[in-house]
Parts: sequence; C-alpha cells; structure tokens
Amino acid sequence: MAADKPMVVVDDLHVVYRVYGAGGDKGTAATALLRIMGRRTRGSIREVHAIRGVSFVAYRGDAVGVIGRNGSGKTTLLRAVAGLLPPEQGNVYTDGEGALLGVNAALLDDLTGERNVVLGCLAMGMTKKETKDKYEGIVEFSGVGDFVDLPMKTYSSGMGSRLRFAIAASKSQDILLVDEALATGDAEFRVKSHARIQELRKDAGTVFLVAHNLEEVEQTCNRVIWMERGQIVTQGENVIEIIDQYIAASGGAPVDRDPVTGARIHNRVPAKT
Amino acid sequence: MSNDRRLSAPGQLSAGDDLTIGGVATADLPEGPLAEFATAHGLRPAAERPPIGRYLQSLWQRRHFIMAFATARNIAMYTEARLGQLWQILTPLLNAGVYFLVFGLLLKINRGIPNYLGFLVTGVFVFNFTQRAFITTSTVITDSLPLIRALRFPRAALPLAYVMIELEQMALSMVVLAVILVLTGEPVTWYWLLAIPALLLQTIFNIGVGLATARLGSTVNDFSQLLPFLMRTWLYVSGVLFQISTLAINREYVAILQINPVAIYITLIREAMLKTQRLSQPGAKPFNAQKCHVWATLGHHVGASQQLQMDSAYCHAVTNPAHYWTYGIAWALLALVVGFYFFWRAEAKYGRG
Repeated sequence: MAADKPMVVVDDLHVVYRVYGAGGDKGTAATALLRIMGRRTRGSIREVHAIRGVSFVAYRGDAVGVIGRNGSGKTTLLRAVAGLLPPEQGNVYTDGEGALLGVNAALLDDLTGERNVVLGCLAMGMTKKETKDKYEGIVEFSGVGDFVDLPMKTYSSGMGSRLRFAIAASKSQDILLVDEALATGDAEFRVKSHARIQELRKDAGTVFLVAHNLEEVEQTCNRVIWMERGQIVTQGENVIEIIDQYIAASGGAPVDRDPVTGARIHNRVPAKT
Repeated sequence: MSNDRRLSAPGQLSAGDDLTIGGVATADLPEGPLAEFATAHGLRPAAERPPIGRYLQSLWQRRHFIMAFATARNIAMYTEARLGQLWQILTPLLNAGVYFLVFGLLLKINRGIPNYLGFLVTGVFVFNFTQRAFITTSTVITDSLPLIRALRFPRAALPLAYVMIELEQMALSMVVLAVILVLTGEPVTWYWLLAIPALLLQTIFNIGVGLATARLGSTVNDFSQLLPFLMRTWLYVSGVLFQISTLAINREYVAILQINPVAIYITLIREAMLKTQRLSQPGAKPFNAQKCHVWATLGHHVGASQQLQMDSAYCHAVTNPAHYWTYGIAWALLALVVGFYFFWRAEAKYGRG
C-alpha cells in the first residue's frame, strides 16, 4: 500500500546496560585499589543484555502495544526507539524524533507545574507565542487545576503523569512512546488520553504503548508486540489473539469475549443495551 | 481489512487473508535487509547525533528555552530559603566580608599591593565565576536526566543555561564589587567599562569549559570528587591572593601562571576596575632597578605608604601587559570550540545515565 510509510524500523537490536559496582566486588577501598593497579580488571562491571535481537517495523498511523512481564525489556525497547540508548548491535531507524513519556520521568520536580509546561513547550522547539497559545489547553487537559502554581514534587503521582502526558501530547509528535504513563491516571483521564492518542494517530504519527492493563492495549492498539527476556515472542495485528495467548502463558484465566467483535464481556457489569 | 501486506510473512502465500482470530502470529517484516528498507524510506538512525551545523541551528532555536530554564533554575535554587532572591546579593557580600575579616582586620598583610582588599575581592569574585561554572555544569546532565529522557532537544542547552545563571549572579556580584571598590578609595573611571568585554570573554570561556565538564561529569563519576581539588589548586596558581609576578620562581613558570586563562581574566578585570592596579602593574613604567628593589624589600611592610607600593610599576613585566587581551580572546575561542566539539561528540549518549 502506498500510504503505508514505515516510521520505525528496528533491525536486530541489542541493548546492553553496563552496571558499575554490581556484585562480586565488596566495594571496599582495597578492591578498588587492586582494580586500579590492574590486578583485577573491571571486576565490578556487570553487563545486562536487556534487548537481544529484536526486529520489527511500525508504520504511520500504527498504535503498537508492547506487553510482557516486568523486566522483559519493554521500557528499554522504548528508550532505544526514542534514541536515548545507543544500540550495542543492530540499529533503530526512525522517521522524525520520538518523545518518551515514562511514569518516572518527572520534568523538573522542584519547579511549579506552570514553569514545567512553559519549559516543556520551549524544549520541544515551540516559539514563545506557540507556548502561550498552548498553555491554557495543556493545563486544562491535564486537569491539575490550581495545583499548577505548586512545585511538581507536591503532586500526586497521577497528577504528575497527567501533566507530563499533556505537555508531550500538546505537539503532534512523530513518534509518541507512552510507558505506563497513563496507569496512574483516574478513569476520566484515561478516557481523555485515549482520545488524544487516537487523535495523534490521525495526525500521521506512530504511538507505542507499554501497559500492564491489557484491556487498554486491546482498546487502543492495532498491533501488539509480546516480549520475553529481551526477545519478541510474537507480534502482529491479531491483538486479541496475542493477548489471550499471553494471558494463558502467564497462567491467567481465559477472558470472555464477544464471538463477533472480540470485545471483552464483563460478567459483573451488566452490558448496556 | 486493508493491511494485507503486513500479514504476509516470507513464505506465506495467502497475502489476501483477512485478520482472523485463531490465525498464526508470524513476524510481519518486509523482505530484504531491514537497514536497506529503512534507508530506502528515508529513515535515520534514532540515536544518531545531528551534524554540527544543524545542531547549532537547533540550539539557536532553543534560545528562549535556555533563558527560561536558567530563570526557573535560579528561582528554584532559592525557594527553600526564607530570604529567597536576597541571597543572590548576600552571597557575594558575605564572601567579601570573610576576606575583609581575615585579610583586612586579622592578618594585616598587603603583599606589596596597594588596596590589597580591593585586589583580593576582585580576584575572588572573578575566580568564583569560573569555579561555579565548573562545579554546577559537572552535574547538569545527571540533574536533568528526567528532562533529557522525556524530551528531545539539543543537550548543550542545559550547560549553557547553567552558565547563564552564573552570569546573572556575576552581574550582581559586580555591583557589590563596585560599591566595595568605591569604599576602598578607587575612583569611578571610564576604564570600568572595559570590565564588560573582559567578562564577556570569560563567559565564553566558561561556556566552553562548562560544556566539557558537563560531558565529563555525565560519565566519569570520579570527576566530581576530583573537582574541588582541581579548583583549589587553580585558585592558588591564578594569583587570586597575590601578584603572580612577585613569586620567587623561574620567570618561565611565572609566565605560564600569568597566561593561564583564569589569571588572564582576573588581571583584565582588575586593571579595568582598580586604578591602583593599572598604575602599579610591573611594566607600567620604564624599568628602574633601584625603585623596583626598594619596592621588593620595603613595599611589603605593613604600613608601607601607598606611594611605595605603587613602585612595583618600575619592575620588569614577565608577560607583556599589551598581550593580555589577545590571550583573553584566544582562551575564550579555544575553550568554546574544543568544549563544544567535545560535548557534541557524545550528544546521542546523554540519556543513558
């Protein structure tokens, strides 16, 4: 299809973290001295092979869900796509730049929400005027209300992630990488952010979503990548099927689904007719 | 379903198949090497550092961000303190107060320098400007890691903003300095305007070294431990507390100390702000062995007349004072070019932490 423009190509990606001062070394001055003297060569460095040979292609307009257990390499994969982690082997190719929204990524904790909005917009390359124009919209979308005058360290984790999402989502990003950022938001915000992600997709961007809430992935994503120990178990557009496989592999109870639409049937909540 | 191509894996012929629940999930990669596929569609490596021209351009485009970031950091720095922004002016005042207490009231030494207090405070303020730039930029990358990992922007904006914070602080210190100098009897002259280009050159120098320390501090943790010792050594060899030319060491060493960048900026600003320095600088008057000798023996005594102390002007200059500005410009440009290049080389790696 002519309209199918690849936005992200990940080609046999390997990412290795080097952890200094990890086990094996008592961390005393004596061992450090031995190391410097060359008796022990870099004994305290441990390599963590977080991504081991991952390949996939994501196209314009895709919303890609990344699922897998804790420590399976989902966040690392997103960081690599955002260009924040240099690959050890293989490469990540993108059309444009990726913006990563992580749950731990405070912007500047000791500054007020207001300043964070302004700084975030300017950092993304907006002009002063654009920043002024977007300010109201961002604050309103985030729903932090009067808290905007307070330092971000006083925010609840939900409020913080809402503001961060609002800032990053204010500009149509080429590639938006959402790492559990919406998990801490309340129900109302999830609806809003869900709508915003759909909008961004329409603006010809690509969205990656890491979430442990599988229903959210089902509703938002048209493609899914299942990762395990730094490798892809399965990927494809048959989102519901892959998620059911994943649930089965994790030992969870099968999900009741509508046989036609594949939507979940919640027994406890009477379906609206 | 229109995405038929995506479902066709190598070896699978049912390309027209629709998505069906129960089908087998296969890798849906295009054929051929992925790297070629990516370049054919105009994709670029994600962790690639931009070419230097484009990098400079995007940095210029972020100038409002740099200023806003500097202001915000400056405000945040003092929000916890009850006196708030007042500390910006209190810090240099207290700094000067300590030196007045020690050297003005307790130690009673002058090292043969007329208006020793003015000489000392000027040196301390100018040295402090570069020292602060070094120390704050060494942690800028780790301090701002959340911001770096959340948004894409040229990372050089961060150390630049930190140097801007210090420049603002320095401007306030210069106001305090002007008051102190008038109180110690220095006249207000047009020469004071020369302090502006000298400070600008020092700022450019600070930006250059700030960029370099930002990169070093981002990867080498030992660096920030080492920094205080480096800075203290630099303090003592830059003639903050004494006139370098009076050191009893080889003239070659004196020359090296005199042209070290911090000493150059200190000398330039001292000569702009202090009339006593302008006139007593060795080499300011034609060499006169007898007067120079008298100064060297009697000029250092406590209570020696200012006239006697001014006679250091009759001694030999080791470095030609006319070349100070040349050195000042050369250091600034060298630091900027090398520091910028060094920082830019690692641009793609700062998010690693």
